[in-house]
Amino acid sequence: MKIQIKNGRVIDPMNVRDEIADVFVAAGKIVGNGHAPADFHANRTLDASGLIVCPGLIDLSVRLREPGFEYKATLESEMLAAAAGGITSLACPPDTDPPLDEPGLVEMLKFRAKNLPGPRVYPIGALTQKLEGKMLTEMAELTEAGCHAFTQADAPLTDTQVLLNAMKYAATFGFSLWLRPQDVFLSRGGVAHDGAVASRLGLPGIPALAETVALATILQLARETGARVHLARLSTRDGIAMVRAAKAQGLAITCDVASTHIHLSENDLIGFDSHMHLVPPLRSLRDRDAIREALRDGSIDALCSDHTPVDEDEKQVPFGESAPGASGVELLLPLTLKWAREMGVPLMQAIDLISWKPAQILGIPGGNLSVGSCADICIFDETAEWIVTSKTLTSQGDNTPFLNHPMQGRVRYTLIDGHIDFESSH
Amino acid sequence: MNLQLTQDGRLRHLLTLDGLPRAILTQILDTAESFMDVGEREVKKVPLLRGKSIFNLFFEPSTRTRTTFEIAAKRLSADVVNLNIATSSQTKGEAILDTVDNLSAMHADMFIVRHSQSGAAHFIARHVAPHISVVNAGDGRHAHPTQGLLDMFTIRRFKGAFHNLTVAIVGDVLHSRVARSQIHALTTLGVPEVRVIGPKTLLPTGVEQLGVKVFHDMEAGLAGCDVVIMLRLQNERMKGALLPSAQEYFKFFGLTQEKLALAKPDAIVMHPGPMNRGVEIDSEVADGPQSVILPQVTYGITVRMAVMALLAGTGNT
Repeated sequence: MKIQIKNGRVIDPMNVRDEIADVFVAAGKIVGNGHAPADFHANRTLDASGLIVCPGLIDLSVRLREPGFEYKATLESEMLAAAAGGITSLACPPDTDPPLDEPGLVEMLKFRAKNLPGPRVYPIGALTQKLEGKMLTEMAELTEAGCHAFTQADAPLTDTQVLLNAMKYAATFGFSLWLRPQDVFLSRGGVAHDGAVASRLGLPGIPALAETVALATILQLARETGARVHLARLSTRDGIAMVRAAKAQGLAITCDVASTHIHLSENDLIGFDSHMHLVPPLRSLRDRDAIREALRDGSIDALCSDHTPVDEDEKQVPFGESAPGASGVELLLPLTLKWAREMGVPLMQAIDLISWKPAQILGIPGGNLSVGSCADICIFDETAEWIVTSKTLTSQGDNTPFLNHPMQGRVRYTLIDGHIDFESSH
Repeated sequence: MNLQLTQDGRLRHLLTLDGLPRAILTQILDTAESFMDVGEREVKKVPLLRGKSIFNLFFEPSTRTRTTFEIAAKRLSADVVNLNIATSSQTKGEAILDTVDNLSAMHADMFIVRHSQSGAAHFIARHVAPHISVVNAGDGRHAHPTQGLLDMFTIRRFKGAFHNLTVAIVGDVLHSRVARSQIHALTTLGVPEVRVIGPKTLLPTGVEQLGVKVFHDMEAGLAGCDVVIMLRLQNERMKGALLPSAQEYFKFFGLTQEKLALAKPDAIVMHPGPMNRGVEIDSEVADGPQSVILPQVTYGITVRMAVMALLAGTGNT
């Protein structure tokens, strides 16, 4: 299949390109940029006039819910949803049932995903067996099976000796650890940011300290062991300040935030909407604004959807009993664009946060439009307006805080490995 | 947030006192006043809610609150059905919404709801049919609006007005839905100084943003108060990481006659009940001349009658 993408505005952060040009695709690769290679005869031409052509998006956290939670969503539904969101590669956390703690499970998931249309799936292996925080997994074996990093996801790792040894062992082989800093004791029983709103609503709180105390431990252990650490889903101003300071001291760490947390805050909990029940909790406006600023100044390396489809029944209960999480693969792009518009951030920088930068964190090819790269491409209409409803979403989980909200920016085509895996009729 | 008001500003549900206009609070108190004599009649009934079905939907056990709602409803001539869901279908795993749907199908007019989760009454109110009203009888740590209202009724009866009062709320504010409802009612009704007194482990983060002054020293906090409201300390919180012991708590935050003497000489003492004598309050004070704890219970019935009558749209008849 040879495809010519015509007249689009090509934005390629890695190559610092922003220009109207044609992109040529053949045999799963980008074979030409601006000029067609000799003897190129397109089987299909996509008219990208007025559209933006950028590297396919790379999402660092998408729960596909397989194995074990197929009633919340299936691999098939969520991969299609991701493709509809312009995502061409995704990392999936190991908090499935059973967790991804054995090579066989990882191979099975990769095999299942490979035979379905949709993004490339990069499993993140469990850091400890059954995610129990006690015994290390066979990280080297899991890496051979296809794991690109190791994490506890949202499962606690209370034993700091295990954490120290996990870092030492990972550092031995150069494996990357993805850790979400949250002290298990300080967050115990909490369902909302411990602040004025939770106090008013009588919701048990998770203090910002739960993040900073855990972060202090992780940073200190990372310094000591030299382990490669990626900090997942930061949520507090103070936590971001700690990461910024550690980076300034030369510590080789990276971090991400969820796209929900750049727009929402604790104030959105008023009214007890269980769709606002997220992990980490939506924090104060001060925290949210610090996140928005840190994304702009580069202290935060990537944005992800933290896609967590939840069965509707698990949201149709009082706030504190509801399952946390939001569906988000289809909102990653519009929410990123919204932030960029509101902050006056150039498109190139915004796209960088959801393509090239996460590609580097994950250590995978893609995230750029260089000739010779894999043809993973997202083509979107920056100005298209749409409303988030269960009908406009492909995901099986329509549990999003943005239900019935207007969005600006919508994917028109998603090319994965040179195939058109998503094509919008809009 | 206006889930509990109709478009023309009348009471649709009673879920929280947070954000409820002063005029509505006053209307409820005035209506309660008009019901005061019903309890003293030989036939303690008025026909305002004849033919209406009121369901007491208690997902959390309660005797006192449920009983006063029941009496209030019966005095208004309503039919009352008590459901202790804490011991029935919830344990069988029936979802709240299924319970609510089933009861709605039995032509309920009003749900009185108690639940251990903050926001549960909001959740139910959002899902009921348009003709059904929901009264929050306590949801987690969030709100207990009828308790807050009966406390305001008590204060008004004994103090006459709100604009010149200093009111102290003492104890476990962190876990108290009663305290939150009292704070919103007091600030809405124009009490110039609302104080909360307690150890730092039992006060919510940022509680001063609710419009209160924070004291950790009970003597200083009680000085010059017109009203002293003691909160119940739950048994499970008396020993552990929040407090070392009930004895130490009583020493520093229990109300004794000596400490009460620091408040104004005509200060009244209130407690939402049930009391832990010797933990948060000394018997001498609880049974003493300044205590209005038993009148609170009596007023609880008239205030709940007022709320139900207003919700049924018949309050002004």
